[in-house]
Amino acid sequence: MSFENRFKSQVETLYRKLIIGFSIILLCIFSLLYVILNPSVFERQPDKTDLVDIQEVEEDLIENGIHVATGFVDGDGLTEVIQNCTNCHSAKLVTQNRMSKEGWVATIRWMQETQNLWDLGNNEEIIVNYLATNYAPDKKGRRDILTDIDWYTLEE
Amino acid sequence: MNRRRFISQTSLTSFATILGADIVFGNNLPKGYTPLALQDTDPFKLFDKDSGMSVLNNKPWNIEAKAHLLDDKVTPNKYMFIRNNGLIPENIDAKSWKLTIDGESVSKPKTYTLDELKSKFQHHTYQLTLECGGNGRSEFNPPAKGNQWTVGAVSCANWTGVRLKDVLQDVGFKENAVYIGYHAADIHLSRNPEKEPISRGVPMAKALQDETLLAFQMNGKDIPLVHGYPLRLIAGGWPASASGKWVNRLSIRDKVHDGAKMTGTSYRVPCEPVAPGEKVADEDMCIIESMPVKSLITYPKSGAIIKKGQALNIRGHAWAGELEVQSMEYSIDFGSTWHSCSLQKPANRLAWQNFSASINHFPKKGYYEVWARAKDSNGKSQPMLLPGWNPKGYLNNACHRIAIKVS
Repeated sequence: MSFENRFKSQVETLYRKLIIGFSIILLCIFSLLYVILNPSVFERQPDKTDLVDIQEVEEDLIENGIHVATGFVDGDGLTEVIQNCTNCHSAKLVTQNRMSKEGWVATIRWMQETQNLWDLGNNEEIIVNYLATNYAPDKKGRRDILTDIDWYTLEE
Repeated sequence: MNRRRFISQTSLTSFATILGADIVFGNNLPKGYTPLALQDTDPFKLFDKDSGMSVLNNKPWNIEAKAHLLDDKVTPNKYMFIRNNGLIPENIDAKSWKLTIDGESVSKPKTYTLDELKSKFQHHTYQLTLECGGNGRSEFNPPAKGNQWTVGAVSCANWTGVRLKDVLQDVGFKENAVYIGYHAADIHLSRNPEKEPISRGVPMAKALQDETLLAFQMNGKDIPLVHGYPLRLIAGGWPASASGKWVNRLSIRDKVHDGAKMTGTSYRVPCEPVAPGEKVADEDMCIIESMPVKSLITYPKSGAIIKKGQALNIRGHAWAGELEVQSMEYSIDFGSTWHSCSLQKPANRLAWQNFSASINHFPKKGYYEVWARAKDSNGKSQPMLLPGWNPKGYLNNACHRIAIKVS
């Protein structure tokens, strides 16, 4: 092996080691940051055996558009709703209510602030959309008021 | 390149990459840097649409306009809604594109290349209104499943092509022909090649109208890919789903076409009116044909604040499916009194009509809504409340409303 080739291989080895080392350091920093930002990460998460129990009893049976085990309307987001909303309270607490999207978000915030509900992460949008679609206000009427009006001055 | 310099440069690039990742985590994205993933899926760039359009769905792509974006007399591509039932076809080659005409009622099946269609038959251009059957679905109560279209799933572009009737007559069909069913190159969401995302069509009477086209141009240019390049059906005034995109086969059927989205609750409404939320059996559902009378105020944009004494000029479009709009009215007092708008004739049959009015009688300062309603040539007007509820939320032609403040 020529000097140049040996030098080349040494530099490449060093380069690789540097990259790996650097990546490990960054990974540690990110992990530390994550723990600092999410102090609850090591706290006990909801017991997973609860979920298994529910599925063992009724499985995923859907009848006439209703998830039999919970009484939830079948729809996009049902799984996320079951997993996140029925650990602490009955599904009936959900199904007897009717709320707008804002109403459901406010309810989730209230549960997070007072009832130890965890951060729903990416599931929040799915859950809120499911709820707002399937459990929307009953008395919407035959025509809604105009909302989200972006007021501006119209010059002549 | 000198080797050592190469190494130092790659090192710098690597460090920059890692530091870049660090910066991302710090919510401090470098100016002008767009993550690759976003570049790939920006629908506005992908389909050349205005950024004011609303994306309702990205798999499949469904995008709608807003009322004020539809102000042009002839809808340009950038404001044209996108409605897909499946995935957009991949690797289209117009040169090898073929259209096959078959079915129980065809005299003898025949295949044309795109060039043959273009050279053999006379070209016609019409301005044609295409409205999604589910436009306005978001207002139904109980809510209807599906893309929650508000008002923007309608367009009226110029379409150029050959008359479907010229092609059908060239092929020849039997007297028992009932319906035309289209087949197309789009891909089912499951990517199962056995399944068609949508295969609808029209009865022979509609297929044989002068304005029913096999179109290859939109607004004087090749049809954009997402709107059906290189060949699509255009059946103006009917639910836009009857105007199949990427069409490569037409079946002349001896019965009502039974392709995907022709049956069940798809593009069908109760034959007899039902109470909101009522269950309707499949056999009690009827296929939507002509769309109902409807209109949109496209200027000004909702939310205008004017001064007391200032005139408010409004304008927009009105259409009535197979029919013409005979008159157009507006109200500023929630329908208590109605006033005439000036209304133009359509550019051709099945094109929307332009209306305008100057409002200078706001009695006092305050909040107003301008309502607009069209009346079709059969004397039917748009309702002010939601029309009859149906399971999939089709045919909402309730009058359009904009909010105005006089200060």
